Parts: sequence; C-alpha cells; structure tokens
Amino acid sequence: MSVNTIKKKLNKQDIGHFLMNNAIIIVLFALMLVIIALEPSFVSLKNFTNILAQASTRTIFALGVGTIIVAKGTDLSLGRQVGLAAVISASLLQAPNYAYKMYPDLPILPVIVPILLVMLITGLFSGINGLVVAKFKVDPFIATLGMMVIVYGVTSIYYDRPPYGAQPIGGLDPRFANVAQGSIKLGGITIPFLVIYAVIAVTIMWFLWNKTRFGKNLFAVGGNSEAAAVSGVNVGRMLIMVYILAGLFYGLGGSLEAARIGSATNNTGNGYELDAIAACIVGGLSFSGGIGSIAGIVTGVLIFQVIAYGLAFVGVNAYIQYIIKGLIIIIAVAIDNRKYIKRK
Amino acid sequence: MQEEANNKFLLEMNGISKEFPGVKALDGVTLKVRKGSVHALMGENGAGKSTLMKCLFGIYHMDEGQIRLEERDVKFTSSKHALDNGVSMVHQELNQVRSTRIMDNIWLGRFPTKGIFVDEDKMYKDTLEIFKSLDIYLDPKKKVSELQVSECQMVEIAKAVSYNSKLIVMDEPTSSLTEKEVSHLFKIIRNLKSKDVSVIYISHKMDEIEQICDEVTVMRDGQWIATRFIKDITTDEIIRLMVGRDLSNRFPPKANQPGAVILKVENLTAVYQPSISDVSFELREGEILGIAGLVGAKRTDVIESIFAERQATGSVKLRGKAMKFKSPKDAIKSGFALVTEERRATGIFPNQDIFFNSSIANIDRYVTFASVLDQRKILKDTNWVVDSMRVKTPNNKTRIVSLSGGNQQKVIIGRWLLTEPEVLLLDEPTRGIDVGAKFDIYQLMIDLAAKGKGVIMVSSEMPELLGITDRIMVMSNGRLAGIVNTNETTQEEILRLSSKYL
Repeated sequence: MSVNTIKKKLNKQDIGHFLMNNAIIIVLFALMLVIIALEPSFVSLKNFTNILAQASTRTIFALGVGTIIVAKGTDLSLGRQVGLAAVISASLLQAPNYAYKMYPDLPILPVIVPILLVMLITGLFSGINGLVVAKFKVDPFIATLGMMVIVYGVTSIYYDRPPYGAQPIGGLDPRFANVAQGSIKLGGITIPFLVIYAVIAVTIMWFLWNKTRFGKNLFAVGGNSEAAAVSGVNVGRMLIMVYILAGLFYGLGGSLEAARIGSATNNTGNGYELDAIAACIVGGLSFSGGIGSIAGIVTGVLIFQVIAYGLAFVGVNAYIQYIIKGLIIIIAVAIDNRKYIKRK
Repeated sequence: MQEEANNKFLLEMNGISKEFPGVKALDGVTLKVRKGSVHALMGENGAGKSTLMKCLFGIYHMDEGQIRLEERDVKFTSSKHALDNGVSMVHQELNQVRSTRIMDNIWLGRFPTKGIFVDEDKMYKDTLEIFKSLDIYLDPKKKVSELQVSECQMVEIAKAVSYNSKLIVMDEPTSSLTEKEVSHLFKIIRNLKSKDVSVIYISHKMDEIEQICDEVTVMRDGQWIATRFIKDITTDEIIRLMVGRDLSNRFPPKANQPGAVILKVENLTAVYQPSISDVSFELREGEILGIAGLVGAKRTDVIESIFAERQATGSVKLRGKAMKFKSPKDAIKSGFALVTEERRATGIFPNQDIFFNSSIANIDRYVTFASVLDQRKILKDTNWVVDSMRVKTPNNKTRIVSLSGGNQQKVIIGRWLLTEPEVLLLDEPTRGIDVGAKFDIYQLMIDLAAKGKGVIMVSSEMPELLGITDRIMVMSNGRLAGIVNTNETTQEEILRLSSKYL
C-alpha cells in the first residue's frame, strides 16, 4: 500500500471507526501505559510471565463460557463446576504420605486419570444444562442458575464427609502440583506450564470456531437459530454439544486450579463465572449471539489480569481496583454497542 | 420444444384443504405448475396463498389433499426436507444469519469438509460459480449484514439454486426492490427458466405478472378460483377474479366532511438520514389522509417524525400552534396518537390482558389520590373499547395474544381512542387482518373523522387508500412526490408518483 492510499484511508471518519472497533485493545494499551508511566519497572519478563500464568486458567474458563455465549446462551454454573472439578481431582491426587487423605487406601493414580474423570463429570453436568436449554426451552440464565446451586450442593456433600469433615483438601501429590506450578526454561525464558496449556486450549478452540463445521454451525445457531434450523442444522444437538464442550473446559481448568492453589474446598471457583462472562463481553462477545472471536476472549481476560496485577504493582488500593474493573465492564460494552445502535 | 416441456407438470397440488379453529383457510385448492414455467399465485391478503405454501413445505399439516412432485406423491415434513427434494422458498422475511458471510449462509447445514476442517476454498469457488451462472456479482466473503435487501434476496435465490432446486417459490420478491433491481431479478428468473426450473411467483403487482409469468392461479377466500395462461387473460379480468365482489362493499360509506386545517407540517426533515427530507403538507379536520409509496419510501418515518418517535427538524403546527415535542409522551399529551405498524413488536403487550392493553396509554387519567388507579374507571373504559370496537373476546381478562390479529388491532386502536386524540396516526392498520375486521376499522376511522378529528393512514394497499381516504400523499425515496385528491386519482398516477425520485 502506498503512502498516499494510507493517508487517504486515514480520514477522520475512518479513525473514528478504528477507535470504535478496537476500543477494547486501546483501553488495554492505555492502561498498560499508565501503569508503566507510574512504575517503569513494570516492564519486565517476570511480570509478563506472571500475568500470563495467572490468566491461564481464566482463559480456559472464558473459552468455555464464551462458546456458550456465541450460541446465545450463558452459564452461571461455571464457578461451581470449577469447584466440583477442583475438589474431586484434589481428593484423588493427594500425596501418598499425607496424613489427612480423603481416600487413605487409594493407589497412586496417573495424574491424567483424575483430570479426565472430572472433565467427564463436568461435561455431563454441563450437558444436562444443554439438554434443559435445548429440549425444555428453559432460558439459559435460569437453567444454569439452578445448576449452579445443584452443583454446589453436590460438591459440598462430596467435600464435607467424615473422617475429616469440611477441611480443605490439601497435601497434593507433588506430581499433580507440578502440573500447574512447574515451568520449562526455553533459552533463558521461563515458561510456566499453565501458559502452555492455555495456548493449547486457545489453539484448539480457535480451530474449532473458525475451521470446523461445528464452528460454522455455532455462529449460525447463535446468530439466527431459525435460519440454521431451516437449513438443516440440528439446533438442539448443537446446543447440547456446545454446553458439553464448555463443561470439558471447566473440568480441565478446575483441576489445574486445584493444582495451582495447592488445595481445594467446596468454595473454590466461587464467582469465577462472572469474571469469565465479563471477560468475554469486554472482549466483544454479545449476548445477542453469533458474534465474537477467540482473540477477543483472550484480550478480555488479559485486560482484567493486567488491571489486577498492574494496579496492585503500582500500589492501588484493592477496593479501588474493584471500581475500576466495574467501570471497564460497563464502558467497554457501552462503546462496543455504539456499533449496533440504530439511531432514529 | 417449449410447448412440449410445458405440457409436463412439475408440481401438482390437488384438493388441498386446511382448517383452523373456526376458519376454513383452504378449501379444496388446486395448483399445478408446469416444468420450466413461471406460475403466478394471486389473491388478496388473506386469500390463503401463504397457507397453501406452508402446506407445501410441511409447516402446516393439510387436512385433505395430495401433493405430487414429478409424478411422485410427496409429503414434506420441514423446509429442509423440501429443500433436499428440490423445492425451496425465497421468503419475504429473509431467514438468514446476518452476522456471518454470504458463503456461510449458502452452505449452512452442509458445509463441505476436507478432513475435519471446513473446506473454505471449495465454498468460495462453488459460491462464485453459482453467482456467475446467475449474473450475480457479490463477494462471497462479504457479511450478509452489509448487504442491501435485494442482494440478500439474490443470495437466497443462489442458495436455492445451489440445492439444485427444481421449484423455487418467491413470496413478494419485488416488494423492497428498485426498478433496476427488479429487472435484474427478472433476468435471473428467465435464466432459471432456461434451466428448466419452475417458479411460483407470489405478487400483487400486475405489470410484473404480465412481464414475467406464463400462467396464473387466482385464489379467493381460501378457494381456487381460476388458472389461466397469462396470454389469455387481461389484468382487469385477473383483478375481477381476485376481488370477486363489488369493490364498494368492502368499504363503509364515507360520512366525513373535511373542514378547516388542523395540522400543518412544514419542511419536516429527519436528523438521521437516510430518511425523510423536506416534507410539507396539511391535514384538515374530518379528513382521512393516506400516505402511499413503495417499501423504503419512508412513509413510516413521516408519522414517526410528527410523533417525535424519530428526531426531525421542521415545524408541526396543531390548529396554528407550534408543537415542539421532545418525546412521544409530549405528542400524546398534545393530542396525537400513533398506532404502529409492527403490532407484535411495538403494539401489544402480549402476556397482558385486554384490560391492561386498552388502558396502558391512558394511565395518567386514572390516577386518583396517592397515585392509586381508579379501577372502576379503567373497567368502564375497557368495556367501552370492547363494545365500541366490536372486539370479539370471551371477556376482558383474556390475554391479548389469544385474540385474532384483527381483534388485537381493534384493542390497540381503542387504546388510542381513549386518549381522545385530535390527530390519529395509523401505520398499516389493516395489515394481516381479515376482511370483516378491516371493515370495522374503516368504519372507526370514518366515525372519528366525522367527529372532526384528523386521521393519517400509511398503507401499502391500494384499494383501501382509494376506498376510504380523502386525499393521498405519495412518498418516493424519502421525499414528498405529490398529494392527490382520492376521487380524482388513479392507481397508475399513484404508482407513477411513487417512483418519481427513485
């Protein structure tokens, strides 16, 4: 492109459109600039990898619920499902010599077995969400609200049992802890394993969304389910698959979350659903369905992580951080909506 | 050769009957479409055309009758089932996923794959090829939300072709198209014909029928009336077959007499274009003023601008007094009322009863001390609405959705009459309602005008414009093309004015 055409392209209106269409990313960069201006030492590889590591499990959750949002749904049961996954995987992967094991006689399992098991369990619960939404036409908000409460009950029953009762499930098998806390050195750069899992999850989801029939049908069902139905898409089955997929991601992320924290309780994951949904919405997904991108979800998650980490880094009061977080959710969506508002 | 092909029927629908509770929607209807021909299906609104098509596509289950496609009995269970058998429909309300690309829409439900991935290259190439064969020049990767209505329609036709459709049903395909777009559509239809594809063409536009169709089937009141070759029948004969009764019986006698000017509108221009610009007119007491125009002529915008539902500049004077409305609330207070076009979206409160629906616009008047509403007065007014509008309902605690469209509309009009408006604005007040209810609504309008009020009616139906208005203002492309006296004008003059600024 010649300089002239670039100049021509950059007339006032286009700049306005550019700002509007990329508002979220601009906000992210502006925030980083402010933080860097206040504390130049923020720019370091360590901070960078820390932010990414902390964002990893959140990215996995957001990918799950984001897929549901594109299909014009939502999922309030995410946080409690994460808790269920964390509690079960932790209980099955306690160190052999730990005194307060939930299952004292449990043989040493390969780490992958409990992780796959909890993915199966959350996949099932989430699949029930999908079934209720698709077949009984219950609004996703209501269906998953009910499931949220049910799963909390299930988790608590599993968790609060003799002989030790409601004690945090700790003393994790070092192999399991290492899955989340470990890292690998690549040419002087330390890359946490968590970041690698997140990158793999993002890659898989990106291919699913953009390159497969599933992805195309996802956007069609979310954008106009009736049009999808008359074109022969099995809308009900699609929705159930979407919820199951999200459940698999919750299960994976929940196990990693237990391993990352080093313990789990029945309250692990509480409130994660709202963080994940907020990240998706700030990242440009719409509750009206059929709109969104993987890059948007990742950006949304990173924004919140940068705020949390960066503001703490420059010493902003934790309560003020809440206010800034809330404002960003509202402002980001308000700006984004301007694209779609029809003025009279 | 043409003659030979013409002798074969592609589709035969015989003795189709369909009954809804209380209404015989179809009564032994026959429709036979020849191979490679364009078959017009005509009839007034409510004649049963769309019910017949819904029976064809399995959306409704017909009570009686038989459908044969290429001499085989068929009974489709869904649109998709019909599609797979080469029968497709281009809907008036296009059913598309607007947030995705053209080619995503065309191959939806059967994306080509290469391994586990969707084969985008094939989608792109195949789409281009179909477009080329139909003389459509669109980028398959463009988003549907960025397309014009006419372009969306072409995408739908291309989709039908991609299914190797033998029969394509087009429901009012030209209702939103410009003349140029219509001629492109006709080119595509002729192209389809040359490939031995048959088309069922549903339209009200006589000139189009003459231009493009080979045969015509006329329906009236759910019955088959006649099937003729276009070359053997005149436009007047078709109209006579469609109407089947004296036009004067469909409208109540006019009892209103226009008097002094009540409303003066000058240089009305919408703030957000494209919309109306520089529209000026007067409305008299006791006058029914029609607003005619093609779809997209911005007729609705005129009354929305008066009602402050749409931001506009210019002046609106009621009995010489300048009106400066900030919102519809101000307009209502000053004696304006608007019955909107989209009854379902902006008219009824579907889950509420008639009691609620008839009083909601008038709630300020029922407030007694301590903000409590005067239930007795509301009940009295509700009963007035039900009685004077002749609403057919079990009682006024019935949810409004369970009434027929015509009765819903009567409740809505009653709601606004309760506010005792000086000027009543009606947007397509008789759309989708049956003949009897239409008559009642015309009567209401005339009664209101006879009491010295002003009535403005936007309508797409020529007979009602000519039947009950005193004058007709014709909009064309957002501008006022002219105002004509109803008893001096003709359908042709109105149509000519409609396309004045295209």
